[in-house]
Order: sequence, then structure tokens, then C-alpha cells
Amino acid sequence: MIDEYINRGVPEPLVRGLVKEAEDVKLTKAEIKKALDRLENEYKDAYISPGEAIGVITAESFGEPGTQMTLNTFHFAGVAELNVTLGLPRLIELFDARSNVSTPAMEIYLDKAYTKENKDVKKVASLIKETKFREVASEFVINVLKLQVEVTLNKKNMADLHITEAKILEALQSGLKGVVVKQSKDGIIVLKPSSVEEDLKEVYKLREKAKECFIKGVKKISYVIPIKIGNEFVILASGSNLAGVLSLKEVDATRTITNNIHETAEVLGIDAAREAIIYEAEKVIKNQGLDIDVRHIMFIADLMTNTGKVKGITRSGITGEKESVLARASFETPIKHIINAALVGEIDPLDSVIENVIVNQPIPLGTGLPSLVAKMKNARI
Amino acid sequence: MKDIIYKKIERITFGSLSPKEIKKMSAAKIVTPELYDKEGYPVDGGLMDVRLGVIDPGLRCKTCGLKLKECIGHFGYIELARPILHIKYIKVIHDALKCTCKECGVLLLDQKQREKYQTNMEKILRRPSLLRKRGKAVILTARTTKKCPHCGAKQSTIKIEKPTTFLEDDRRLSPIEIRSRLEKLDDDTVTLLGMNPEYARPEWFTLTLLPIPPVTMRPSITLETGERSEDDLTHKLGDIVRINQRLFENISAGAPEVIVEDLWDLLQYHVTTYFDNEVTQVPPARHRSGQPLKTLTERIKSKEGRFRYNLTGKRVNFAARTVISPDSQIHFNEVGVPKLIALELTVPERVTGWNKERLKAFVERGPKKYPGSNYVIRPDGKKKKITDETREQLLEEMQPGYIVERHLMDGDLAIFNRQPSLHKMSIMCHRIRVMPGRSFRLNPAVCFPYNADFDGDEMNLHIPQTEEAMAEAEVLMQVQTQIISPKHGLNVIGCIEDAIAGNYILTAGLTVPKDKAVQLLVSSGVDNRQAFRKFGSFVSGKDVFSALLPDDFSLVSKCRDGTRLVIKLGAIKEGVVDSNSIGEEGATMIRSLHKKYGPDFTIDLMGKIFRLGINVLFDCGFTTGVSDTDLPEELMVKIRKLIQDTEKEVQEYIEIYNSRKLEIVPGKTAEETLELHVLQILNKVRNKIGDLIANSADEKNPTIVMARSGSRGNILNLSMIAACVGQQALRGKRIDKGYKKRTLSLFKKGELSPKARGFIGVGFKDGLDPVDFFFGSMTGRDSLMDTALRTPKSGYLYRRLANALQDIRVEYDHTVRGASGNIVQFHYGDDDLDVAKTEKGTIDVRRIVEEVKIDR
Repeated sequence: MIDEYINRGVPEPLVRGLVKEAEDVKLTKAEIKKALDRLENEYKDAYISPGEAIGVITAESFGEPGTQMTLNTFHFAGVAELNVTLGLPRLIELFDARSNVSTPAMEIYLDKAYTKENKDVKKVASLIKETKFREVASEFVINVLKLQVEVTLNKKNMADLHITEAKILEALQSGLKGVVVKQSKDGIIVLKPSSVEEDLKEVYKLREKAKECFIKGVKKISYVIPIKIGNEFVILASGSNLAGVLSLKEVDATRTITNNIHETAEVLGIDAAREAIIYEAEKVIKNQGLDIDVRHIMFIADLMTNTGKVKGITRSGITGEKESVLARASFETPIKHIINAALVGEIDPLDSVIENVIVNQPIPLGTGLPSLVAKMKNARI
Repeated sequence: MKDIIYKKIERITFGSLSPKEIKKMSAAKIVTPELYDKEGYPVDGGLMDVRLGVIDPGLRCKTCGLKLKECIGHFGYIELARPILHIKYIKVIHDALKCTCKECGVLLLDQKQREKYQTNMEKILRRPSLLRKRGKAVILTARTTKKCPHCGAKQSTIKIEKPTTFLEDDRRLSPIEIRSRLEKLDDDTVTLLGMNPEYARPEWFTLTLLPIPPVTMRPSITLETGERSEDDLTHKLGDIVRINQRLFENISAGAPEVIVEDLWDLLQYHVTTYFDNEVTQVPPARHRSGQPLKTLTERIKSKEGRFRYNLTGKRVNFAARTVISPDSQIHFNEVGVPKLIALELTVPERVTGWNKERLKAFVERGPKKYPGSNYVIRPDGKKKKITDETREQLLEEMQPGYIVERHLMDGDLAIFNRQPSLHKMSIMCHRIRVMPGRSFRLNPAVCFPYNADFDGDEMNLHIPQTEEAMAEAEVLMQVQTQIISPKHGLNVIGCIEDAIAGNYILTAGLTVPKDKAVQLLVSSGVDNRQAFRKFGSFVSGKDVFSALLPDDFSLVSKCRDGTRLVIKLGAIKEGVVDSNSIGEEGATMIRSLHKKYGPDFTIDLMGKIFRLGINVLFDCGFTTGVSDTDLPEELMVKIRKLIQDTEKEVQEYIEIYNSRKLEIVPGKTAEETLELHVLQILNKVRNKIGDLIANSADEKNPTIVMARSGSRGNILNLSMIAACVGQQALRGKRIDKGYKKRTLSLFKKGELSPKARGFIGVGFKDGLDPVDFFFGSMTGRDSLMDTALRTPKSGYLYRRLANALQDIRVEYDHTVRGASGNIVQFHYGDDDLDVAKTEKGTIDVRRIVEEVKIDR
């Protein structure tokens, strides 16, 4: 019986939800059927009407609450939370489809074997976090006489981060090009430019470069905190490198996400990017205590991704790709659009809204859409 | 009767004007910069030539013979003595020069490249975006070629010296040379450069003829002194004509090359600023007063330009605007219109055999007597004003086919709007109710969708003028059709303030005598005799409320205090009515009434509920004042102790921090960790105080009643007034700005105590000391800043969204598509549901099951 209704187009969750609800209150078979019929009718009644200007409705649904959002929201109610841009700035950033997010962050889920114990999680966290040379060193000294940098290691930090001296040497060797890396007997690491010209400036530069030298972890992940969600540990990371994190075997690649849409699209494909936009926009809206239906968010996400590439809602993105010259010109930089249209003999087909407003004609939406003409016999006035 | 001709603009093609076309469309050749002769009549061959159209009443256009306002104007032209470069196409000219041979005009591509780019040319010519792309690619390849593949001539580099000078190996290229080179390009070359030769050729942009716009688009204005003040464009064109004439004279007189060149450059400057007066590196042309001229580009551009000001925003007639004021006794879908406005705004009514006499009465009464009429429109379209002189004649000739514009009357449709019109509920259709006074009256319950208040807000009223418009307004825009928002599928119109408080008091345990109960209901518009008969001599408030519910209405929902509200078959069994059930945004009772009985019934019932609530308050009286926020002595003692304890607790933390024993949260500094803890503790106090007050509050206290019912204010507001204002936070932190290491100079450096960082431990009623007041002002200012900065930001986001999404609609095949047919979604929201027809985005299966259960 259930399948019958699903096949007729009633969404499965509704049908199953109803049946479960009905069984809970012990309705008879006939009554369940009656309820299902009623559901089907109500579902069909709630169908969206053709011609509905759904784009405008969605724009309104975001535009109106936009005035109620706060400008500077940072998360930090809890003790261990990351600072993440939220509120209006984040929404703007999201819809612009900016490639550099102001506060990149990741939610890293772990493979089952590592989620039980705090100890394991911490270990994975240290694997993920990008460690730079300065974090395992306690002192950088420039030896002016020998024109070299001498670095004292910080044993405690090394132990915390599970790093051995050999690993550091190896990382430095590959990370610093044109530099001779040695370790003296008392454990001090000596860096010397291999170039023939001896120049103090070079050494100074080398010291700064060495401080930022990548030792281990995943690049760009600057900070990690493990937190407990439900009964499993999740690592929140600031900085984003989806490809890097997913390549670790300890990570559950099916659930790990980043808040960078472009990165998601690149690594996981356009459908994932769509999901990411929905997830991120929903997060902002929930955080602001607003109530906007998911359908609106899905709609914008679909629009931003339906060409296979992530496009922002900007003059160079969706609006800039409109067919109509007048629609583009009336948005921003009108002169540019008209000048260029005149070069190629562009034709404005006048089939969207704003051009018809401009030329005083009915717009092809809602009641302006049907173009039926009634043939009237004996028409009288 | 004339046949009605329907015209529809199907498409608009953009293109550039060739010299030939300029000449062809011109009505006059302009040769003199003079405008008027001694008598003030436009000079022939001058810029105000009557062949270009007329702007003076009485004159007739020499080209079309029409009068002022009928003649739309005609273009003229001037012949430029030497070619002038078009500033907006400098880049196009540059690209064309770079990519073609200076000797033979052939595109600098070898055979292979040329073949590659020439594929599919036919198709590309019809697709502007492809043509543009192809042009870009060709230019990228061709501009680096050093030697002509055709004639072998060596190519020199051509640079632009901003704004309009071209240099070829440091030698200046004159526009004459440029023009002669560009003329050599054949059509294929032009196409490959990304232009459609039918609509634009590069040499057209070295202007030899300049079109002169008709005078109708640059009308002069006559000042009070009788002096004429010309439009900016006329000024600029005057400059161009004058210099052009001088240049002609000098050339024919054989003046030295230097002088000719100078004049030429001057002419170039004038033509450049005529097109665009904001070109970088070109000093803008100015009025004598020093204010820059508004020339062509400035006319089109920006918010005040042609596009956004005139073309996408249009002015209308039959509109009114005035201050709004509340009237709780009119219906939700009514608007009170002052008689003064009703005399001015009209509804057109067509005379037929059936209404002729009725409409004659309107004409008879004329424009001054209400309800009369202002105009009569004859079938030929002539509009006749009704005056004492014309009235008799109009009455006589009136017959079917005439249209009478009669005054507004009760029940007419009007479109009511408050800016900013952020969502569709900002423009709704109301029924008119003509009233005395000078303000629009609206029911306070519809303030929420308009976001209106009565502190001086003004609103606009529009009267639809055709049957089609009226029908659409009535069916699609009336208030009752807008109860449910498409944003989230919940109601946005509901009861407010007094109405909620009144119904709360009523249902929370009021008992009234039978006559009172009937009185309350009848004065609210409920005439439910059946229910009245069932009343005993004393009636509980719940029964009074139940009397206005339909008999088959059932509902289970939650009250604000978490208890259940149970309505079974039109009777409240349990719980109270509060803002959760009848308020605005997400009221359960209103949502399910709407679902079950439809919009018309719901709006009517809501009106009854609203009036019932108010009538209850009328009857039992309701007021609140400062004394209602007085707390009992023992409670105040408790609260004071709580605040002291908290301060002590904070002090302990600070001591731990000072002794460096604080356990640090990973990733944070010791100071941040401390702040985190302190802020948590301090934020908790206010909530604790709120709980204390809520638990020991007097049920009858009006302030508490308001907070409990959700009509106004909350416990937090109360505790801020009575006990403790709480921590003032800036950007989510305690206040730490001000002096070096301290917030104010009266504190010690590095002091971290609650008081020194913006914790206000007293209530507003106790009075704030200067320090507290200062911190309070800081956060107040911060939130003002936030609002001021947010409005333009969110406004821009909205504009972009609206522009990008406006043409997307649901098609008959249920796909969601843009204007050009591109599919965005195959099913809207994956399930085709209209959010406005759902209950919070879904169909409530539990409700369906309940309904089936009740039916059995």
C-alpha cells in the first residue's frame, strides 16, 4: 500500500511518517488508507503553481531577514569553540562564492577506530595540525661570524607533537631549498645558505623562512581542537585543506567537510558543493535565530551550481551571464554593457522581467505568463 | 468605435551608427553655435533648430508638424572638420590597430591560425557571447605578430597615451591616419576582431559626423527673470559646434599646422567630455559655477541615472501618501482613508444600461460633494473635467461606453504599501473605509507584515484603475491571502499586544457573569446563540473564548510556559491562549485555522479574537507602571546576595589567574581563558535573577502578565529594570577598550573586576552611577553603529539577489527555469511544494492522523 502512494509521487518520508504515526495510535487498515488519501490530496493541493515567481520569493525570503542579521558575530559561547564568521558577512561571502573564506574551517570526522578515546583523537589531531619549524624550536640565533642560523630545539613541544629530530632534519632539507642543514653534536640545528656569496641579509631572510618551514601535518590547518559531539569525538580545525585531510587514513572521508565551497567543488565535485552551500547557509540562518525554509536555500544553491561550476550572485557571476542586455545594464555598469552590445549587434529578446518593465509591457511571470487569447463571438462593449 | 490595436515590442537590437545612418536619420545639419535670434526665435541651423523638435508651447515642429508634447523630436548632425575618436571605443580601435597590418590592413594571423579561427563563423555571428569570445582569442594571438604574413611589412608597436592619443613608435598617429587604416579592414577581419560588421565597424568610431540629439531630450528652462537656462548637453554641444566652426575656418584659411592641431585637440576634448565627463586624466568640463556638467554617460549611470531612476522605477497616478494611525475597530483587511483623499482619488466605472442612473447621480454631485466624481471619459478617449459649467452637458450626453471617474467609496479596493518594500507582504490590498481626519487608519495587527509603527510613519495608497488590476489585487493581494508567509510557511499576521494580553487574562481563569460574557462576545462581533444558550449564570473565560471557535476545531499545542493547550471540538479543555497560539509569526492556532477553514474565515475569526481580547481589557482594565516592577524585600535581598556571591566568585578566578594557576584552555592564552570563565559566570547571573523573579512573581502583576502572555516584554526586561542590568558586552567580550590597560581612569591598571569591565550590578530603577552609565552608552553606541552599517550591506545583498533571481519561475512542466529556458531545478525544492501552502515547510502527518481519528 505504501509503495502505491510513493509511486504516485507522494514523497516517501511523508508516507512513511504518516503510517508510523497511524500505527502508533492504532488506526485500522481502512483508516490508514483514508489518511493516505487525505495526505495525497493535501500534497497535490500544496503543489506550487506554474508561473509562480519563485526567484523573487526566494530573494525576498533572504532579503527581508537580512536586515535583522548582526554584522559581527563570532562564535565563542562554549569553552572550546573556533572563531567563525557568521551572520550577514558570512552570508554575503557565501552568495558571492568567494574563493578565499575569511575564516576557513573544517569539521573532521574520524574513522571509528579513533573516536572512542581522547588519547587517540589527540594523536590524530596532532597529525592533522600543520606544524611549523618555529613551534618545535625554542631559539633562533644568527651567528654573524659564521653567517649561519643556529636553532635550539624545544624537546617538550617535540614530544607533545610526536616529532623526532630526524624527522625535523628531513623536513627542513626538503622544505628549504639551497640551504645546508646540519646538526651539531649538542643537538643544535645549523642552517647555512649554500650560495657562494656570503651576505648577512641572506642569513636573516633564511631565519624568517626557516621559522615558517613546514615540518609535518596537513598544510594550511593552523589550529585543531577535538570536541565531543554526541558520543564521538570530532576534530574542528581552523584553516582548510580538504584534499590533504582526506588523504589521511584515520579520517572518515565520507563525513569530513570544509566551509570553502570552491575547495569542496574541486575535491568532491559540484554536487558536494551544492550540499556545502546549503549546509553553510543553514548554519548562518540557524545561528541568527531566523527561520527560512530549506527550499529557498536549496534553490539558491542550485542556481549557483547548475552550470557545473560554482558561480556567485554578482555582476560577474549569475547576473553577468544573463542573456538580456537591458537586464545586465540595469543592474550595474550600464555603459559597458550597452557599448559592448552595440559592437556585436546584440539582440535583447525581451523575455525576462526587467526589460519588459523598461518597455512598459506585462512581465512573463504569474498572471502575466499565460498568453491565451479568448475568441469572442458577438463581443460587445 | 476605434479598433483596438495591440502592439508588442518583441525584441530590441543594439548597434552602432554608421556615418551614413547618422545622415539618414537627421532632420537638420547644425552649423552655428548660436541658439536664438534677437526675437528669441530658434536660429535655423542652430542647436535649438525647430526641425529638431519643439520645446516651446505654440510652435510647430518643422519636420513632423506636431506641437509640443506630441513631437518626440528628431536628430540632427554636425560635420566634424577633422575625425575625432570616440572615447568609449578607444580600446576597440587600439585592438584593431594592433591586430592588423599597417600597410595592407590584413589581420595578422598566418594561414593556419586564420583557418582555425574562421570555423563556424556564420553561427558565431548570431551568438554575441561566442563572437565576443572569439574576438578576444583572436586579439590575444594576433597582437604579438611582428611581421605581416600577407605583405611582409614590419609591424610597429602601437601604444595608447591616455586618454585619446595613439603613439606608433613614439610618433603620434593622427585620427586621419587611424581612420584610413581602419577603413582598409575587410568584413572578415572585422568579424574576427569580435564585431559584427553589419552593426559596427571600427572606423565608425573615428567620428566624422556627430549626431545631435533632439531638443526634446535637452529642454531649456525659463527662469523667473525670463532668462533662458540651457541644458548641460546643449552647453556641451555649443562648445563642440563653436570649436568645429573655428577649425573649419582655420583649415580653409590655411592657418599654421600648430594652430590647427591645437584646435583639433580642443575639439577632441569637447567631444570626449560630451560622451563622458568623468574620464580619468581628462579635466571635467564645468559650469561657470564650477559644478561639473552632466553629460551623456552621467545621464545613464548610477542610481539617479536613466536606468535605475526612470526605466525600472516608474511614477504613477492615483496614489496617495499620508501618516498612518491605528484603529483597532476596523477589520484587518480594511484601510481608513481620509475623506479629503477620497475626494481626490477616483475609480473608473464604465457606463452601461444598468448603472447609468446610478453613475449619473455621481456626475450630478460633481467633484466637491461626496460621493461624487471628478472626470468623465468619452468613448473617443477625451477626458472631461466635471465643473459647474460642463456638468449639465456631460449629464446629457452620457450613455453606455462613457467612463465615470467616481470618488472612492467604502469597499473599493486599494493597494497599500509601506517602504522599504522588503517582502510581498509590504504591499497588500485592503478595502477602503472612508473616514474623517487626515491620516490613513490601519488595524494594528497588520503592522507586523508592513513593519510599521505609529511614530510618524507614512504609507502609500494606490487605486487600481482597470478591472484586470482590481481582480488581481482582490484575488492575489488581499490581506487574508497573505497570512501565511512563503518564507517559512507560518503566519505573519496575528494578534498583538492588548489582544494577546486580553485573551490570556480571559482564558487564564477569569469568570464572568452570563450577561457580561454575552456582552463581550457580541461586541466583538460574535453572535453564536447556540453557545450563549449553553452558558450558565457564571461563565469561565475558556468557555467565552470557545464560543467563537468553530465546533469542529481541535488543536493540541504548547503554551509559552510549556504546558499544553488542548482544544477539542471547539472548546478549550486545557491551557491558556497566548502569543504561541494567536500571536504573529508561528502561531499554532492561526496556522491550523487557516489550514482547515481557509483565509477568509481565518481573517474574520482573527478579527473577532482580536476584538474579544481588547474588550476584555476594556472591561477589566489593564495598566502597568514603575511600581509594578517593585520586588518584595526578601527577594531583593536574595538578588543582592546572588550578585555579591558572583562578584566574589569572579574575584576568586582573578586571584587564581594572578597566581598563574589557572588551567588554560588549549589554544587560548591565560587571559583569554580567564575572560571566558568570567563572562560565563556573569552572563549566568542575569538569567538566575530572571528565574528568581519568575518563580516568586505575583500572577496578577500586569508586567508579569504581559511577559507571560507574550504580549510585550519579557522577564529579562523586568529583571533589568528591577534588579540588575547585567554585563555590557562589546563584540562578544567584556569591555576592554579605553585607557592603557584599563577602561576608565578611575580604575587601577589591569583591574579585571566585574565593575571595571562593564558589569552593571544594579537595576535601571536603582539608577546607574556614571561608570555604569558610561559602559551602557558604549554598548548602545555599538549597536547603533551595527544597525547603520548593516542596512546598506544587506540592502545590496538583497538587490543582487533580486536582480539575479527575478526572472526565474516555475514552468507548466514543473521545472524551475530562468528567462532563457535554462533549468535550475527539475522539481521546485525537490518535492514541488509551495512553502506558503505548507505548515512550516512540510505537511503535518500527525494532524491528518488526528483528523481521521476524530472522523471515525
